[in-house]
Amino acid sequence: MILRGNAHKYGDNINTDEIIPARFLNTIDPKILGQHCMTGLDEEFPNKVKAGDILVAGKNFGCGSSREHAPISILGAGVGAVIARSFARIFFRNCVNIGLPILECPEGVDKIKTGDKLELDVEAGIIKNLSSNESYKTTPLPAFMQKIIASGGLLNYVIAKQGNSIGHNEKGENLCLRRNSLSY
Amino acid sequence: MTITEKILAAHADKTEVTPGEFIEAKVDLALGNDITAPIAIDAFEKLGPKEVFDRKRLVLVPDHYAPNKDIPSAEQCNILRKFARKQQLEYYFEVGRMGVEHALLPEQGLTLPGDLIIGADSHTCTYGALGAFSTGVGSTDLAAVMYSGHLWFKVPESLKFNCHGSLPKYSTGKDIILYIIGQIGVEGARYMAMEFAGEAISQLPIDDRLSICNMAIEAGGKNGIIAPDEKTEEYVAGQAKRPYKIYKSDPDAEYLKVFDYDMSTLKPMVACPHLPSNVKPADQLGDIAIDQVVIGSCTNGSITDLRLAAQVIKGRKVHPRLRLIVIPATQAIYKQALREGLLETFLDAEASISTPTCGPCLGGHMGILAEGERCLATTNRNFVGRMGHLKSEVYLCNPAVAAASAVAGHIVDPGGL
Repeated sequence: MILRGNAHKYGDNINTDEIIPARFLNTIDPKILGQHCMTGLDEEFPNKVKAGDILVAGKNFGCGSSREHAPISILGAGVGAVIARSFARIFFRNCVNIGLPILECPEGVDKIKTGDKLELDVEAGIIKNLSSNESYKTTPLPAFMQKIIASGGLLNYVIAKQGNSIGHNEKGENLCLRRNSLSY
Repeated sequence: MTITEKILAAHADKTEVTPGEFIEAKVDLALGNDITAPIAIDAFEKLGPKEVFDRKRLVLVPDHYAPNKDIPSAEQCNILRKFARKQQLEYYFEVGRMGVEHALLPEQGLTLPGDLIIGADSHTCTYGALGAFSTGVGSTDLAAVMYSGHLWFKVPESLKFNCHGSLPKYSTGKDIILYIIGQIGVEGARYMAMEFAGEAISQLPIDDRLSICNMAIEAGGKNGIIAPDEKTEEYVAGQAKRPYKIYKSDPDAEYLKVFDYDMSTLKPMVACPHLPSNVKPADQLGDIAIDQVVIGSCTNGSITDLRLAAQVIKGRKVHPRLRLIVIPATQAIYKQALREGLLETFLDAEASISTPTCGPCLGGHMGILAEGERCLATTNRNFVGRMGHLKSEVYLCNPAVAAASAVAGHIVDPGGL
């Protein structure tokens, strides 16, 4: 998967209350959640972000509550991927499970500035900074996580393990990745 | 092996596990609430008609925005209600029978020593206080467990916190955990197990131990855990819904790091905005005026907490410039507080008493802050905007500090009231 977009950079310990404040948790609609993405920290973010843009943050991104609405709101806002120095545990699981690409890359976080144009090769784990002509290598995901991603997300992995067929809708979309729920 | 490693190994049908290893383990109990379960139910139902893995091991609690705060919240609670009926879930707790989930489940005898528990709520780590491995996950993880009864885990490294000495008067389990988070920071235990031990822990009632493990997540921990003792067995004996098993760490168990703290001089602590690690002793804060005090939540809404707050506030009045909101965490706690006259004490002090709910803790309802307002709360998070306006502030403390400060009008150490 190759992704291209502009960087929006934030600091350390961004929590899920900042990513999606609790007052917006009375819906599971990705588009509505996307309209409030990051507004606990930056009320202008939903207006600034363009489809495919990349969120860049410091250490422990996504700490706090387990709300899956946080990564769903990031997808709903049109963000293509998140790069951070490190991720909080539950947020990390949630991203793998719903299909939001996440990359751990301390070097990239140090060097990328807001507005930089980035090109990400998610599978290879390479970030190209087109604005500064730099390239950064990311920390590879553990093999077990790669197996879940290759299966098409956690639910597909679980279904396949029980010997059942993988869940797709009539359009052939993988129903088990919430990323795809944005298209219908 | 540590207690965490032993429980994980037993649930993965292994004799041994090591930190960093990925395992797939059987889940004894899974939990969802009115915010997280709708996403899990949506995912589960997309997979076609199917029964959940075990109708006695999936628990649904509408507690965050219940009693329904608005129409969208009412719709979300309805998703839980309809699903619970359709799947004939044994443990769906309706308003009037429910409580804040992490106070309710131990009280109902659903979370037991030796269990492997997951919940789509980050404070699921609470149940480690009874000697269970218990951790928060997301909604899709919950859907996978609803489908299969199993989930993958990475075996965490363990940190051990030896808490020596006896706590002074007015210092509680909350102060122990605030102090520890202040020492190691909000990511000091990221991905790790936090094991608490020592005489300060063994002297504590179960309610205080639940408060400690509840906030393991605020240090980034995967789980908090305390080895069961006589108090644990006494607590679960009368109410356990299933057989259970006691695990303890081996004397030669390996820890990434061992911390030793003297708790005999620990003062009541306060976490200042906007991180739970920004901790100072209450008596060193200076004159910080407050607009609202909240006593409740999954961290500090127990009968032990209400007794402590009532003891401090008895015969006194809430300061005229602020409001005190008391939220017993479950119906049983509410009733017990009524029986003991605690509610009357709070009413005489001119406090407001709410039905059990998470309510203001996460900025849901029942006490939202306006711009520039400041709240002192016995809850667990003081992030920017957590309880309302982005320009409001939350300070965290124990119930004695909360009650004393409600009387004083600013944050005080209860010893100095």
